[in-house]
Amino acid sequence: MMHPMISALSRHKAGVVLIVLQVAITLAIVCNAVFIIGTRMERVARPTGVDEAPLFVVTQQWSGVDTGKPDAVATLDAMQREDLSAIRQLPDVESVSPINSLPLLNSAAWNGGLGLKPAQNEPTVQASYYFTDESALSTLGVSLASGRAFSSDEVGHIAMGDAASPASVIVSKAIADRLFPNGDALGKPVYLDGANGPSMIVGVIPMLQTPGTNEYSSGFAYNSILVPSRINATFSRYAVRAKPGRLDAALRSVPEALYRVNGGRVIADDGVQAFKDVRAQAYRADLGMATLMGGVSFILLGVTATGVFALTSFWVDQRRRQIGIRRALGASRRDILYYFQIENLLIVAAGALLGLALAIGLNATLIMHYEMARLPFTYVLLALIAVVALSQLSALLPARRASGVDPAIAIRDA
Amino acid sequence: MFAYYLTLAIRSFRRNLGITSLMVVTIAFGVAASMTTYAVFRAVSGDPIPWKSSRLFVPQVDTRGPGEKKVPGEPPTALDYRTASDLLRDRRATAQTAMYKISPAVSSSSEGSHPANVDGHAVGGDFFAMFDVPFQYGSGWGADGDARHAQVAVISAHLNDKLFRGANSVGQDISIDSRSYRIVGVMRPWNPQPRFYDVVNTGGFSTASEDVFLPFATAIDAGVMTTSNTECDKNPEKPGIAGLAGSNCAWISYMAQLDDAAAVDGYRQYLQGYAAQLRASGATAWEPNIRLRDLPQWLDARHVVPPDTGVSLLVAFGLLIVCLVNTAGLLLAKFQRRGGEIGVRRAIGASRQAIYAQFLIESSLVGIAGGVTGVLLTMGGIACVHALLPLEIASLAHFDAPLLLGTIVLAVISSMAAGAYPTFRATLVQPTLQLKST
Repeated sequence: MMHPMISALSRHKAGVVLIVLQVAITLAIVCNAVFIIGTRMERVARPTGVDEAPLFVVTQQWSGVDTGKPDAVATLDAMQREDLSAIRQLPDVESVSPINSLPLLNSAAWNGGLGLKPAQNEPTVQASYYFTDESALSTLGVSLASGRAFSSDEVGHIAMGDAASPASVIVSKAIADRLFPNGDALGKPVYLDGANGPSMIVGVIPMLQTPGTNEYSSGFAYNSILVPSRINATFSRYAVRAKPGRLDAALRSVPEALYRVNGGRVIADDGVQAFKDVRAQAYRADLGMATLMGGVSFILLGVTATGVFALTSFWVDQRRRQIGIRRALGASRRDILYYFQIENLLIVAAGALLGLALAIGLNATLIMHYEMARLPFTYVLLALIAVVALSQLSALLPARRASGVDPAIAIRDA
Repeated sequence: MFAYYLTLAIRSFRRNLGITSLMVVTIAFGVAASMTTYAVFRAVSGDPIPWKSSRLFVPQVDTRGPGEKKVPGEPPTALDYRTASDLLRDRRATAQTAMYKISPAVSSSSEGSHPANVDGHAVGGDFFAMFDVPFQYGSGWGADGDARHAQVAVISAHLNDKLFRGANSVGQDISIDSRSYRIVGVMRPWNPQPRFYDVVNTGGFSTASEDVFLPFATAIDAGVMTTSNTECDKNPEKPGIAGLAGSNCAWISYMAQLDDAAAVDGYRQYLQGYAAQLRASGATAWEPNIRLRDLPQWLDARHVVPPDTGVSLLVAFGLLIVCLVNTAGLLLAKFQRRGGEIGVRRAIGASRQAIYAQFLIESSLVGIAGGVTGVLLTMGGIACVHALLPLEIASLAHFDAPLLLGTIVLAVISSMAAGAYPTFRATLVQPTLQLKST
């Protein structure tokens, strides 16, 4: 014989089916959406390895430099050094370095390969190069794990696009560990982009993220090296570290100082960017997607909760007489409450089971078409608990109203 | 009869104000989420040049060989200088252009104004006719301008407004990276999205306006540096554009117009032959590896549509289905509660059809109310998209008449679909049974 609860449910199949469906789709979407939020937030929370708060970046272009002249590179380098010394002298500035790019900047990334042998065809490890000078570590707020910083006489300069063949480099720990798993990277030679000549590792820094945040660059997100060299082109970029509490002042005074040095240069509207804005821009798509998924999940759960509430209320109303009879025959208020809560649990469990399959199916579709990762079981479990708890809560109010039904209704209303 | 059912529906809404508003809001949310994500999807997945995209082709030739590649087996996304020059010289397509991205400093030489950096491309003379670029004044330079390495430029309406206050500047001189060029054409505002002619370097969508176009050969002569991505195995031997031109780095975008299937086959054979010849001459050491994709295939292969928009659309569509199921449940409850009313109407002569009509009208009325609320929510949703998503994508999503109409139609269809089963159940009510039990 069928349990009375099941036989009662089979009396309104349509409503039950609708709730099961609703719970299933909600669960499928919510666990995938929460997974998307999770992966995005994980990405956004990655540290760059630099002291971000006082940092900003200035990108500028000189005009009227004839790059056809043989001494163009020397001229451009002199102009760059003039800029650097002007910025360094400002009272708001703690430190300044020339640099081709910064973590998360997604611009002018210089990606190359490091090898362990001269003229190696296939690089051992892929890396992003930061072309900078002796003050780089203090400007970026990066401390050394071992070794030393560049000295000023090590810093050279090359024309934009020229091969880098520095005598010394500083590498991130990610690279050091990859190339020299025994932890003895310091003092070892590496070969940049299949070069014949070695570059000695003089320092290892604990962590420095690369400029790119796209899928391709994420494959080597922390493989950074510092090259002691200024790059000479008709444009230049400076990383500036403001004195404590002087960021806003420095954001104004640095471009002013640069214009005083040379009024014919161009600093675009977005040529001066605080690092916090660089970060916001790099992760705008991720944060936007996370918010969107959060919003959709919120609406979904809201809709499902009200749906469960409304249908349970309807069933309670429909069964007032039966409830009254049960109460008259001795069922306690608690029995009635439990009855509706357990009925809800049964329906939601069926929905959750179907939802589990749907969630995996949806995840498979996303993997196939949109390069998503596989949904970890913890997310499914989390969403499952949330959906079950929510629908139990939604059923609580109507169930309590049911438990308040007067037993006398059984005789009065016949 | 219609008016009577309308009155009945409104009366029933009044009676269950709570449940009715719940249905309206549910439909509104579902429809608004779908339409908002659809607005973004529509913006990024559109064909930027629908009348011609199937005749525009992107050739690729593998001049770098197997080895460490971003995508295994795929030739570089751009051409090296030698290949681009050879294809240009052979002119095997109806029209063709090599292109590279530039960001020179520009000022109008007449005023001696403050130079400013602008974005643009160095392109072939065919560029303008091939892509149907609209002109306000003048025109592009012809094949003749390419051949002569003419010192000419085409500028955007935006730059013309800035430098010449919108006046006809054709024939005027403009200074680009400290060299003087004569303006031969001023474009009308032209902002195709995605930037189909150079998706590799614009990432597809771009908020930056393209303000200056120079002849390809002239720009190379003048050493106007590229701001394209340069895919290199090893660094060029010389700095600057001359070094790039002498290297096998891939940095030049290329498009060809091929008007029919025979031309496409011919061009593919030509590319294959070209690659085979490279192999034979010892310039490459691997089997010819070429691609020839038309524009839609190319945009697809470059994954120009951000995957996030597809995921959002899918998820929002799921939300709509949940809202639909939810509304169906609410309508079912609501209609079943009215067994008595239906019984009376049936007993005094209303046909099943009449009951159908009555309840479908009631459902679609919920849909219309949901649609109107949904329009407001969609507007809010698009405002959220503008605040949240990357600007180059968000700025393309906008609310317009088709979206408004779509929102309301979707809402009505959804609510009628949701109401279909509950209505069917309502028509099954047996008049006698209902009358007896009350």
